[in-house]
Amino acid sequence: MTLLSATAAAPTTRSFSTVRLFLLVAAAAVVLAAPLAIYPLFLVKILCFILFASALNIVLGFAGLLSFGHAAFFGGAAYITAHAAKVWGLPFELAVLAGVGFATVLGLVFGALAIRRHGIYFAMVTLALAQMVYFLAVQLPFTGGEDGIQSVPHGTLLGIVDLGKSTSMYYVVLGFTAFGLFVIWRAIRSPFGHILAAIRENEQRARSLGLNVERYKLIAFTLSAALSGLAGSLKAIAFQLASLADVTWHMSGEVILMTLLGGMGTLIGPAVGATFVVSMEHYLSTSGLPITFIIGTVFVICVMLFRRGIYGEIRARLLATRQPSDLGD
Amino acid sequence: MREQQHLLEVSNLNGWYGESHVLHGMTFNVGAGEIVTLLGRNGAGKTTTLRAIMGVVRKRRGAITYKGSDIISLPQHKVPWLGIGYVPEERGIFATLNVLENLMLPPVTQSGGMGIDDIYQLFPNLRGRDQTPGTRLSGGEQQMLAIARILRTGADFILLDEPTEGLAPVIVEEIAASLQVLKQRGLTIVLVEQNLRFAASIADRHYVVEQGVVVDEIANEVLPASMDRLNSYLGV
Amino acid sequence: MTEIFGVPFAVLLGQLLLGLINGSFYALLSLGLAIIFGMLNVINFAHGAFYMLGGFAALVAFNTLGIGYWPSLIVAPLAVGLIGVVVEKLLLRHLYKMDHLYSLLLTFGVALMLEGLFRHLFGSAGKPYPLPEALSGGINLGFMFLPAYRAWVIVASLGVCLVTWYAIERTRLGAYLRAATENPSLVQAFGINVPVMLTLTYAFCVGLAGFAGALAAPLYQVSPGMGSNLIIIVFAVVVIGGMGSIIGAVVTGLSLGLIEGLTKVFVPSASAIAVFLVMVAVLLLRPSGLFGRER
Repeated sequence: MTLLSATAAAPTTRSFSTVRLFLLVAAAAVVLAAPLAIYPLFLVKILCFILFASALNIVLGFAGLLSFGHAAFFGGAAYITAHAAKVWGLPFELAVLAGVGFATVLGLVFGALAIRRHGIYFAMVTLALAQMVYFLAVQLPFTGGEDGIQSVPHGTLLGIVDLGKSTSMYYVVLGFTAFGLFVIWRAIRSPFGHILAAIRENEQRARSLGLNVERYKLIAFTLSAALSGLAGSLKAIAFQLASLADVTWHMSGEVILMTLLGGMGTLIGPAVGATFVVSMEHYLSTSGLPITFIIGTVFVICVMLFRRGIYGEIRARLLATRQPSDLGD
Repeated sequence: MREQQHLLEVSNLNGWYGESHVLHGMTFNVGAGEIVTLLGRNGAGKTTTLRAIMGVVRKRRGAITYKGSDIISLPQHKVPWLGIGYVPEERGIFATLNVLENLMLPPVTQSGGMGIDDIYQLFPNLRGRDQTPGTRLSGGEQQMLAIARILRTGADFILLDEPTEGLAPVIVEEIAASLQVLKQRGLTIVLVEQNLRFAASIADRHYVVEQGVVVDEIANEVLPASMDRLNSYLGV
Repeated sequence: MTEIFGVPFAVLLGQLLLGLINGSFYALLSLGLAIIFGMLNVINFAHGAFYMLGGFAALVAFNTLGIGYWPSLIVAPLAVGLIGVVVEKLLLRHLYKMDHLYSLLLTFGVALMLEGLFRHLFGSAGKPYPLPEALSGGINLGFMFLPAYRAWVIVASLGVCLVTWYAIERTRLGAYLRAATENPSLVQAFGINVPVMLTLTYAFCVGLAGFAGALAAPLYQVSPGMGSNLIIIVFAVVVIGGMGSIIGAVVTGLSLGLIEGLTKVFVPSASAIAVFLVMVAVLLLRPSGLFGRER
């Protein structure tokens, strides 16, 4: 099967490669120069959500599991990092590591519970587990209740780069995000990624081939949780704040929207979706329009009219002109 | 029988399951009071033809006229109200409904349907089983229930899909006898069958279906003389 | 008899009563979710939003149209049911043939729209709804004081659950529903308009949620967020009980309400997460749920 798809894809990879290289260089230039034109902290926010949505995409897009509880990892890691940096006085790197570690363990536990059920039950279990984290965040004293943890110190990168400057913060977060996306890209292109795709397409068949389906799902879920945690930790440091908003079910829903809107199961889709949603919210926040209502409307439109998402639609059209049969991958 | 106006006329019927084209121009007719069978191998399109008449298969082209009016453009749920009853393959008995509920499920669409007592007379096995879950009945009893529930609706034109499939010879005889009773009552039946002996025992005419087309028509009187021809179609 | 594990008997009963009330709402909502899931194969995320809508329907009817509590118990479910008809016909029905996840996402979007709209129109703060006069008193049971309205909430919601159960398990209409759950295409071939039946089922079940919202209005305050907080707990209830049976949904809903009440007495800080902890335990011990048959 792998062999077949590899030969089928061969002619297109070559014709794409120069275009791709050019696009990649252009994109890199834009991303590196962006803080010259746009307020860097706004870009940092976009980057955090790009990482978050791409992390969710591992389970939602590539493994076909709808997690409705990813806010627990994002917001949970934000609390831990904020607490570690502010109260324990840990340096930036260790505070982020603490947050990511927390999200990883939480992901392992939630994942182990949730994969015991399938389909919509999986979605409901993850939602309920995340809501438990929300209630804990409301009640536990260290989270600061409604106020959250404020004035989290920026710190420095390796004791050298002052992260109080928003431009340096941008490049540091950019580095982390690029690292996260690279990890996802490698994972998806690896045999592990192919097994995930096989499970997504037909779980029964994957099982009958002797694959330990649960184990692969759990690894994917935990990886996804860890990277979501990284996104949350970075956001907490960059904005000096960890708050309840980051652990609500709205947050879980929003990141699903980003992934869906951009294009589930594509590498670039979640980035497109995150950029779109964060920008939209940014411009709406001063307009006085009801944001939640508009987010909901976008959700409905997206599910009804273009389920492949913005990037997914574009890619499908491009591929359709070149190679009608192969829309997989 | 053939001179009077046909009750059902199917002409050049094409039908699709999703993308796969199953019926390629079925043409046949059924007169009032007749029992007509569709014979053919597995996958020839017999069941699909019945489903296309009922509108269960939605993607159709061609013409289906019943009592002179087109029914292909009718919404699916309107078709039974013309007095057309459907006994699907594998009987379609509901597991979450008991026997009585299964029996009472299809709405009465015309007057003249059989009463419960008549039904129990025709199928004594069903008597006293009201509260049994439908699928706890034996295969033969489920088949009787599937026929019985349509008789209650007053339908006088019945599409019957493989009623003898997987049943013991004794039960097959019982079902044949009950169909004879129905014929005497003036009901019209289109029967999809694999069991040639059963078909010959009750039918007036036979259509042979191959790859979604009617390829031959054989009257029941000449069936014994046409066995060689038939066997070559059916590949027995 | 006056103290159990150091807790005064009256306090214990009081909390159990509160738990039973919460449980009644869980039962009403998870019942609707279970029927919708059985018939339409849809997890209706908007169920909480329809509950909220029921509360607001009663409130608006009272404040602007002068419609009192009792008529609003009819008016609110009808209004909510009508909106349900629109949602089903306009949006939901186009997704039946797709992965369940899309209908879950769609109804999530609808929930956001409704909640966002009402936050915009009415603000986030809760609005009080007056107790109906006939039920403003209470009954002294000797060992505790039972407020009449709370007793009514339990009776009314359990009554509605019972009637719904009867209608589905014992009537002809219910037989159509059960049969269509099993094999919609055959039921349609018997001459029953299944698409209309699906629309009406959805409308009826969200109407039940609207009824629960109107019932809750005098008890809690009416606020745009009242539904989303509840629906997640109800999802946990549904995971615990499974959606295979109506009785299962009702029994699970009530018992989890009681468990929550008990937690409030003995471990007050854990009461908010009690239902979720039970869910975790069930997932570990009996992954397919208490009454479960997984699909």
